[in-house]
Amino acid sequence: MATQILMPALSPTMEEGKLARWLVKEGDVVKSGTILAEIETDKATMEFEAVDEGRIGKLLVAAGSEGVKVNAPIATLLADGEDASAAVTSAAPAAKAEAPKTETPAAAPTAAVAAPAVEIANDPSLPAGTEMVPTTVRIALRDAMAEEMRRDPDVFLMGEEVAQYQGAYKISQGLLEEFGDKRVIDTPITEHGFAGIGIGAAFDGLKPIVEFMTWNFAMQAMDQIINSAAKTRYMSGGQMSCPIVFRGPNGAAARVGAQHSQDYANWYSSVPGLKVIAPYFAADAKGLLKAAIRDPNPVIFLEHEIVYGRTFDVPKMDDFVLPIGKARVVKEGKDVTIVSYSLGVGLTLEAVEKLEAEGISCEIIDLRTLRPLDIDTVIASVKKTNRIVTVENCWPFGSPGTEVASQVVAQAFDYLDAPPGKVTGKDVPMPYANNLEKAALASVDDVIAAVKAVCYRS
Amino acid sequence: MPEPKTAPNIANAEALKKMYEDMLLIRRFEERAGQLYGMGLIGGFCHLYIGQEAVIVGMQAAATPKDQLITAYRDHGHMLACGMSANGVMAELTGREGGYSRGKGGSMHMFSADKKFYGGHGIVGAQVPLGTGLAFANKYRGNDGVCMTYFGDGAANQGQVYESFNMAELWKLPVVYIIENNQYAMGTSVARHSALADFSKRGVSFNIPGIQVDGMDVEAVEAAGKEALSFARSGKGPIILEMKTYRYRGHSMSDPAKYRPKEEAAEVREKRDPIDHFGQKLIQRGVATENDLKEIDTRVKQVVIESADFATTSPEPALAELYTDIVI
Ligand SMILES: Cc1ncc(C[n+]2csc(CCOP(=O)(O)OP(=O)(O)O)c2C)c(N)n1
Ligand SMILES: [Mg+2]
Repeated sequence: MATQILMPALSPTMEEGKLARWLVKEGDVVKSGTILAEIETDKATMEFEAVDEGRIGKLLVAAGSEGVKVNAPIATLLADGEDASAAVTSAAPAAKAEAPKTETPAAAPTAAVAAPAVEIANDPSLPAGTEMVPTTVRIALRDAMAEEMRRDPDVFLMGEEVAQYQGAYKISQGLLEEFGDKRVIDTPITEHGFAGIGIGAAFDGLKPIVEFMTWNFAMQAMDQIINSAAKTRYMSGGQMSCPIVFRGPNGAAARVGAQHSQDYANWYSSVPGLKVIAPYFAADAKGLLKAAIRDPNPVIFLEHEIVYGRTFDVPKMDDFVLPIGKARVVKEGKDVTIVSYSLGVGLTLEAVEKLEAEGISCEIIDLRTLRPLDIDTVIASVKKTNRIVTVENCWPFGSPGTEVASQVVAQAFDYLDAPPGKVTGKDVPMPYANNLEKAALASVDDVIAAVKAVCYRS
Repeated sequence: MPEPKTAPNIANAEALKKMYEDMLLIRRFEERAGQLYGMGLIGGFCHLYIGQEAVIVGMQAAATPKDQLITAYRDHGHMLACGMSANGVMAELTGREGGYSRGKGGSMHMFSADKKFYGGHGIVGAQVPLGTGLAFANKYRGNDGVCMTYFGDGAANQGQVYESFNMAELWKLPVVYIIENNQYAMGTSVARHSALADFSKRGVSFNIPGIQVDGMDVEAVEAAGKEALSFARSGKGPIILEMKTYRYRGHSMSDPAKYRPKEEAAEVREKRDPIDHFGQKLIQRGVATENDLKEIDTRVKQVVIESADFATTSPEPALAELYTDIVI
């Protein structure tokens, strides 16, 4: 009975890939461990091994094919004595049993969003007529670091797998080759130690960029970040400075469980002495990372793995630096103000497309920086729309959205036509199961429901 | 094939075949898990133990039911070897109700109070103080148990490891630290991450003895395990076993392992594979026949296929589970 060999998923967020090369041909005998093909994901080229033994019947997908969906049949595998014309009667053994309630297996939350239909306002800070280059957030971050390293020999990058491996999430691609191992440094897995070493070097005036493979691992380094980096300027009566950037992916990727999925926006934004940045768009990632590297204070730079592969316009300028602490009105509207940051902006854009189709005009504000908080831009908007919803993915208790709501209530109470609405991740550790994880994350439906609630629409 | 020199001891023969079967179960289980991952039925990170099977199986052969174990995220082998069911582990990998954590933990976070398996931890190094604390509890209760605390060569650089070492020796805690040196921490080789590459010496400044063990030889592991466990059990305090081993696959499913030459893994597989070589030894010594090993393989495959079936038919957890088990 011939079975099908299916296109494999080779990373937590992969939905399709390129079948780069076949390493077997029709008629070859394979056994467990035989390498069948090379498959390219967005991050790497992977070898794909056989699990079952048999003989390759037909290769169904040609080498070089792009965009092959996960789980699409790519070849048939024949048992002893069958020929290639044998009818395919079953998929590989375990494939037949679909989960009773599962929809798409292991799909990344809101992955691969097409360019939103919502019109995104130009950044008013850009000179008119600036040429735009479509760029992924991943490349924008890399370019920001490379430009700053070219400009200032005191800037260096340090972290786990940032050099030879080119970054666990490929953000530092090419930096080792350009800047050498004096300035692009692989560390052992010792977050508390290397965060402290970075801070010490910054006390002496160097400008370290410390990458945490993910922010989850920075909890090991929390004492140095808060007690040493954030408080020293104050404790020294202004004598000491700590010009350091801590950066890395924050929040949930896809199904990596409770210890690898936390969103730290509320933790760091609560600390005086830090600046905290959480961009969504590639241009903001670039302009704000450059600003963060130049900033004389410790800066927490929260990225998002789901956003790394998204493509947005980045202005083509010799030195594109954005001001820290300025929110941006992404889209103007009259009925409701939606305030968000990081991946939440992507969710908001998706929701707004649907809300506008139902006649609710939404103003979208991307905070971009969480500390210092640009509350003035929010208040000005609320005075116009009289309604506000905040959208984010961290836990609800003491979140930046909660802080925004509190300040809006204090400063613009009389302008509000409804209590502030709030969308966050659910108040639970991140579960692993596909259905529970979806339920735990803020969703487009949550945003739509919250906006309708403050507009008294159903 | 050389004749066996002495007639095999029957009871011992069964124990040896059991070790072979336990290692093979891990190997086949992991291969199937890799396949289910490829099909999108397992998500997130999935760290396979292929190549390292002899470490946990040899240690479990040396351990007693009083002893606890704790490890990091490369944990499927540890769970199978301590007697947790393949069905329950595989169903946790697929995030289903039938999994050990009812789908809420995933590959890196599983536990069995019953088997004294204390996880399954995703933060590199965090299990080392925890294992030391389990040993503290043993001493406190005077129950004669030893905690086997497993961690990687990369984890051996974390500061909390040395805080634990100091207290464990100071308080003579019954703990065996098993460093699974598979030569790499993700993409970084030992030579690039460790100032002192001999991990058996990592306890020197705390007066903790250490032994280097061929972690590809299940009998050598068992012998060293017995020695270390009896040392710790007798009140002499902690001891370190450095297991020299190798992981054949990438760090996790999404690691293409470009940082090492392909030939390196192929050579280890060829010359030191813990399962093939042990199988050959059993045949040479007359403990098992070629046919016995085939039968074991068939039996093991059946267990694994069943586990995959169970793991793909068990339902997803009920949505109400989102809010359970947070605090009570
Ligand atoms: C505190 C922390 N930092 C980083 C990581 C990411 N990470 C996961 S496994 C790993 C490598 C660990 O290597 P090793 O201890 O040798 O164990 P192995 O994977 O080889 O079994 C890294 C860097 C993490 N999970 N936790
Ligand atoms: Mg290792």
